[in-house]
Amino acid sequence: MNFKIAIAQIDVVMGDVSKNLSKYRDYIKRARGKKVSLLVFPELSLTGYFLKDMVPNCALRIDSPVIEALKKESKNISLVIGFIEESEDFKYYNSSAYLEDGKVIHVHRKVYLPTYGMFEEARYFASGDSVRSFMTRFCKMAMLICEDVWHPSSVYIAALDGASVLIILSSSPSRGITAGKKLSSTTTWETLNKVYAQLYTLHVIFANRIGFEDGVNFWGGSEIVMPSGRVAVKGAYFKEGLITGEVSLDALKRERIFSPLLRDEKAEVTIKELERIVSQLKTIKNERT
Amino acid sequence: MKELKINTKLTKEILVGFIQNETRKIGFKKVVLGLSGGIDSSCVACLAKEALGAKNVWAIVMPYKTSSQESLRDANMAAEKLDIHKKIVDITGQIDSYFKNFMGASQIRRGNKMARERMSILYDFSVKYEALVIGTSNKTELLLGYGTIYGDMACAINPIGDLYKTQVRQLSSHLGVPDRIIKKPPTADLWIGQEDEKELGFTYNEADKLLYLMIDKRLSDKELIKVGYKKDFIENVYRRIQRAQYKRKLPLIAKLSERTIEQDFRYPRDWGR
Repeated sequence: MNFKIAIAQIDVVMGDVSKNLSKYRDYIKRARGKKVSLLVFPELSLTGYFLKDMVPNCALRIDSPVIEALKKESKNISLVIGFIEESEDFKYYNSSAYLEDGKVIHVHRKVYLPTYGMFEEARYFASGDSVRSFMTRFCKMAMLICEDVWHPSSVYIAALDGASVLIILSSSPSRGITAGKKLSSTTTWETLNKVYAQLYTLHVIFANRIGFEDGVNFWGGSEIVMPSGRVAVKGAYFKEGLITGEVSLDALKRERIFSPLLRDEKAEVTIKELERIVSQLKTIKNERT
Repeated sequence: MKELKINTKLTKEILVGFIQNETRKIGFKKVVLGLSGGIDSSCVACLAKEALGAKNVWAIVMPYKTSSQESLRDANMAAEKLDIHKKIVDITGQIDSYFKNFMGASQIRRGNKMARERMSILYDFSVKYEALVIGTSNKTELLLGYGTIYGDMACAINPIGDLYKTQVRQLSSHLGVPDRIIKKPPTADLWIGQEDEKELGFTYNEADKLLYLMIDKRLSDKELIKVGYKKDFIENVYRRIQRAQYKRKLPLIAKLSERTIEQDFRYPRDWGR
């Protein structure tokens, strides 16, 4: 089974949800015109990224009119959206939601909030506490948000939980200009996407935004990487656009026959050793206190 | 130093995008800059032309009577080559009229006054032409504090503030800035015979290599000495950076309320844009 997907590699207006929603609608319309079945938007693309004190002002409840409107849009095209989620107890999460047939199928709350160097997410956001795959009308998928992917355990869990498609929502800032062909942030991401696709034999859909926020650039370069590690579709750097490609479960099947890495994975060994490590860490901690 | 080498094509693409995006977001279509005939302002003029088109770039040349003829000639040459708007505003009258009352004023006072006079002219033309003031201070100058606060450091956006002087040279060469401008000794041209490198006591090449390792790579003093830097040089550069910190920040505000600007009232400048 194959299905057509698209990535909306867009610029975002900082803190203006309604303007960003109208861009969402524009891209949904374009994607429908191209018979796309699944459309993926980047991290925090309904709000902007370096929002600081604006975070609570542009947060959305999962039953808010904006999400309701997007749920309605999802009746004939599945959508992955990036937004700030306000929980009932007034916590703010850097979240993504998978919308299908007018319903919210799954919400992922970013687990790893970068708070170093140029990043200060943990100052403004609460962190999520789970990584799950979920069933869609196509196959099992998982969503991770940007820094989540810099922790290989996140991808490991998603893959073992059965995801055939890993959707990565990103707002990756351009940094590290050298004599090299690409920015260092670009090179690192492209390496990660390729390695994960190949090691966990799954499709990686990497949706990165473009534009500037207070002088910081986002480099785009969204891509679809096949389970073989081959980059099937590549978006332009720095330019807005709808990037379309295909997820092929047939290709996935072949790749998993060639490289049955997931079949041979020993989760019990991992758990056993992790339990040992965690208990040793606890002992050390207790001895110190 | 190979670490200071940059991919100039990629750098240009990002900086052109930066000028387009941030100018539009502030609500402008045009920019205005002070064109001195030196490498930094020539480089920014090139980038601005690429970003906004020649007809949307205003270069203001602001000589004083002691400014070198070479600077004026190079500024004219750069503006003509780029085919951008050019206006010459001689600041001699207003500077001399002011200092008539303060005859013994030091070179520093005179230099600062000229830099701020030029700033006030740029901001005046900013209104006249509905053009955003675009800055031309590079990372080396900003770190070393080699500039006048609220003078040549004043601007709305600065495309080259994260490029060391030696990197501005590479980019300028890629952008087609005339060789003569790239190769001549850098000068603030605030008094006769002034040269940046003589005044600083070291060359930009030397400073940039050290700054790169110290700032970008976070090498400790110990490590810097190990790779061959003299303790005096390290301390001199470090002191300069530390002393100039105030120039890179907004004025300090005495905190009283629950929400004080910059402390706990924190919004991006592109708020709602």
